[in-house]
Amino acid sequence: MLNRRHFLMRTTALATLAALPVAAQSAPAVDIFIPANPGGGWDQTGRLMEKVLLSEGLISGATVTNVGGAGGTVGLPQFAGQFSGNGNALMLGGMVMVGAIIANNSPVSLADVTPIARLTGESLALVVPAASPFQTVADFVAALKADAGAVPVAGGSAGGSDHILLGLIGKTVGVPATSMNYIPYAGGGEALAALLGNQVAAGISGYGEFADQVAAGTLRLLATSAGERQEGIDGPTLRESGVDVELFNWRACFGPPNLTPEAKAGLVAMVEAMATSDAWAQECAARNWTRILMTGDEFEAFIAEDIARITDILRDLGLAT
Amino acid sequence: MDALALLAHGFSVALTPANLMWCLLGCTLGTMIGVLPGIGPALTIALLLPITFQVPPEASFILFAGIYYGAMYGGSTTSILLNTPGESATVVTALEGNRMARSGRAGAALATSAIGSFIAGTIGTLGVAFVAPYVVAVALRVDAAGYFALMVLCFVMVSAVLGSSATRGLTSLALGLMIGMVGIDVQTGQPRFTFGEVALLDGIDVLIVAVGLFAVGETLHMAARRYAGRDEVLPLSGSLYMTRAEWRRSWKPWLRGTAIGFPIGAMPAGGAEIPTFLSYATERRLSRHPEEFGTTGAIEGVAGPEAANNASAAGVMVPLLTLGLPTSATAAILLSAFQSYGLNPGPLLMQTEPDLVWGLIASLLIANVALVFLNLPMIGLWVRLLRVPAPLLYGGILVFATVGTYGISRSPLDLVLLYAMGVIGLLMRRFDFPTAPVIIGAILGPIAEVQFRRALMISNGDWTVFVTSGASALFLMLALVAFVAPTLIGMWRRRKVAGTSRDG
Repeated sequence: MLNRRHFLMRTTALATLAALPVAAQSAPAVDIFIPANPGGGWDQTGRLMEKVLLSEGLISGATVTNVGGAGGTVGLPQFAGQFSGNGNALMLGGMVMVGAIIANNSPVSLADVTPIARLTGESLALVVPAASPFQTVADFVAALKADAGAVPVAGGSAGGSDHILLGLIGKTVGVPATSMNYIPYAGGGEALAALLGNQVAAGISGYGEFADQVAAGTLRLLATSAGERQEGIDGPTLRESGVDVELFNWRACFGPPNLTPEAKAGLVAMVEAMATSDAWAQECAARNWTRILMTGDEFEAFIAEDIARITDILRDLGLAT
Repeated sequence: MDALALLAHGFSVALTPANLMWCLLGCTLGTMIGVLPGIGPALTIALLLPITFQVPPEASFILFAGIYYGAMYGGSTTSILLNTPGESATVVTALEGNRMARSGRAGAALATSAIGSFIAGTIGTLGVAFVAPYVVAVALRVDAAGYFALMVLCFVMVSAVLGSSATRGLTSLALGLMIGMVGIDVQTGQPRFTFGEVALLDGIDVLIVAVGLFAVGETLHMAARRYAGRDEVLPLSGSLYMTRAEWRRSWKPWLRGTAIGFPIGAMPAGGAEIPTFLSYATERRLSRHPEEFGTTGAIEGVAGPEAANNASAAGVMVPLLTLGLPTSATAAILLSAFQSYGLNPGPLLMQTEPDLVWGLIASLLIANVALVFLNLPMIGLWVRLLRVPAPLLYGGILVFATVGTYGISRSPLDLVLLYAMGVIGLLMRRFDFPTAPVIIGAILGPIAEVQFRRALMISNGDWTVFVTSGASALFLMLALVAFVAPTLIGMWRRRKVAGTSRDG
C-alpha cells in the first residue's frame, strides 16, 4: 500500500517534472498540512500555495493533508508530532488557531511549531440569507438587543475569529457575550448550507467564503470588519454602520517543531519567494485577499503579541479563564 | 429538452479517444484506492490536482470522475472478499457480502454490487443532470433538527441488526457510542475521553474500528481455534455471476437503495454512511429470506447498500454543481480543481460554465459504464483469492489491515487501537455479541449528538423544534411507523390466521 502511495506521489512529481525540467531538479516535494476541513479559508490558502509553489518551480510536488476540527487544535498536535524536524513540511494556520488554542486549553500551542510567514489577511463579513428581515447592521443590532438568544449566528469553531467578532459586536453595542447565540460549524461548507437553508439568522466568516453567494444574491452582506472600505467589496464597514469594531483575520504558515536554523531559513526563503511572485499577487487579488507578508523573527514577535491580545478578548467574552 | 441538449453537448466534450484513456486510468486508479483502506478518493484527487496545470479541463475532470466513482466500486471488493472495508461507506457491505463469499457466492455478491453501483450511479447522475435544482431546494431545508430526526430513524431501523438478544445488541451499540465520543467536542472544543493523549484528540477513525472488529477480530478468532478447517470458506458454488433468482432478488434493492442514497447524499450533512445503514435495514425488513441475513448472507443486503452508497456519491454533486457548496472532502477538492481553471464556483456555475458542468456530468456517466465493464471481468480473478488456504488468507488479511490502517494517519497509536479492537472483536465473537452495532454507534452517535445540540442551540432551547421543523417531523413520523409497523402487521397477521382457522 505504501508503495502505491509513493507511486501516486511520483506520478504527481513526474507530471510536474515534465513541465518544469530545469527548476524542478533541485526543488523538494513538500507536505502541506491544513488543520481544517476542505472548503474553508485555510484550505483555500493551502491549495493556492501548492499551486503557486508549483508554478513558480519552488517545489516538485506537494501532498496536501486536511485534518479539520476545533479551530485547528485537532490538526496542530498531529502536525507537531508527525513532522517534527522535517524541513519540507508546512502547516497553515491563523488567528482562528490562536483563539482556539486558548479557548480549548490545547496541550500543543503555536509556541511548539516554527512561525514561517504571515501571508494574507481577510476582513470578516456579517451576512444574512436573502430572505432575512435584516437589511442593515442596525436591524441586526436591534434584534440582538431585543433578544440575543433568538438570533442564532453561524460561524467557524468556538473561540475562532468569527466568534470573537460576534463577541466584539455584542460588547460594543452592550449585549452581554454570554447571552449571544453562536452556532459553531466545522469548516465553511456546512455553515454556508445552514445560511442558504434559512436555518440561522446570520453568519460570520471571511468575506471570500461568501463572495460568490453575495454576488448571486442568495446572501446579503450587512457589513465587513475591515477598517475602511475595500476595493471590490460592495458594502459598508461595521464602523461606518455605527459599530466601532475592526477585526482582521490573518492567515499564516508554520513549520514543524525542532527545525535546524538552515531548515527554517530554507522554508522562509521558499515561502517568501512564493509570496512575492506575480502569480501569488494575481490569485490573491482574484479572491479579495489582502497580502500582508511578514516573515521570520518579525512574524514571531507579532504572534506573541497577538496571543496576548486575543487572550484578553476571549477573557472578556468569558471564553477563556 | 434543454438539459438533454446540454447533456449531449457534454458528451461531445468528454467522448474523445484521449479522454476515454483518462477515464480508464481514473477508473483503474479509483478502484485501486477504493480497495485499500486508508487512501480515499479525496486524498488521491488532491494528490493529482497539479495535473490540472498540464491538461485541459475535460481531461482532468474525466480522470477525477473515474477516481471518484471507481473508489466507490473498489471499496466493496475487500468488504466482500476479506471482510476488510476499504471505505467507511462500504462497511455495511461487509455484513452480508462476506457471509455470501463464505458460502460460495462471492461472485454473485461482487456482481450485484457492481451492477447495483452502475444502476444507482447512472440514475443518480441523471438525477444531477435533470432535477438537481429541485433536489437542492428540498435538501437545504433539512435543518439540524431534521438531521437529528434522521438519526433517530436510523437508530430505530437498525435495531434489526442488534441481533436476537436486545441486551447484547444494546451493549454493543453503547460501546460504539462510547468510541464515537472520543475526541474534541465540536460545540465547545473540550476534549472527551482522550486521557490526555494528543493523538486521541481527533477521535478514533471509524474505519479502524470496523477493520479491527471485522477483519482482525475474525482472524484472531480463527487462530484461537485449534482447527481452522471447521469454519473454512466454501469454494465457489454455482454460477460465477448471479443466478436468475439472484437477479430477481437484486433489482428492487438496487432501486430502493438509489431512492434512499441520492436525496441523502444531496443533503449538506447527509454523507454516504447513513443511506447504507438505512438501505440495509430496509432490505432486512422487507426480505423474504430473513433467515439468510447474518448466516449464509442475503444478496439484498449487498445490493441495497451498494446502490445507496453510489447514489449518494452522485447526490453529493447536486449542491456542488448548483450552489458551489462542497459537502464532502472529495467535492471540496473537485471545487478547488474548478478554481485552478479560473472558474468561480458558486450558484451561477451551471449557467456560466455549461461546458465544464455538463462535461463533468457526462464524464461521470461514462466512468460508470467503464467501471462496470472493468469490474465484471475482474470478478473471476477476485474470487480466486478465496482459494488461498485459510491460514495464508487470514495472515494476508492481517498484513493488509495493518498496513492500510497505518496509512490513514501514519500514527502508531492507530495500530494499537486496531489490535485492541481486534481483541474486543474476538471476545465479542466468543461471547456472542453482535459487532455491527458497534460500528453503527460509532458513526451515528457523534452526528446525532452534534445535530441535537445544534438544533437546541438554534431554537434557543425550545424542544418543540423537533416537531415544528418540517424535515424533523417527517423523519420522526417515519421512525414511528418503522417502530410500530412490524408489531401492527404481526397482530393483523395473527388475527387473520385466527380468523381463518375459526372459519375452517
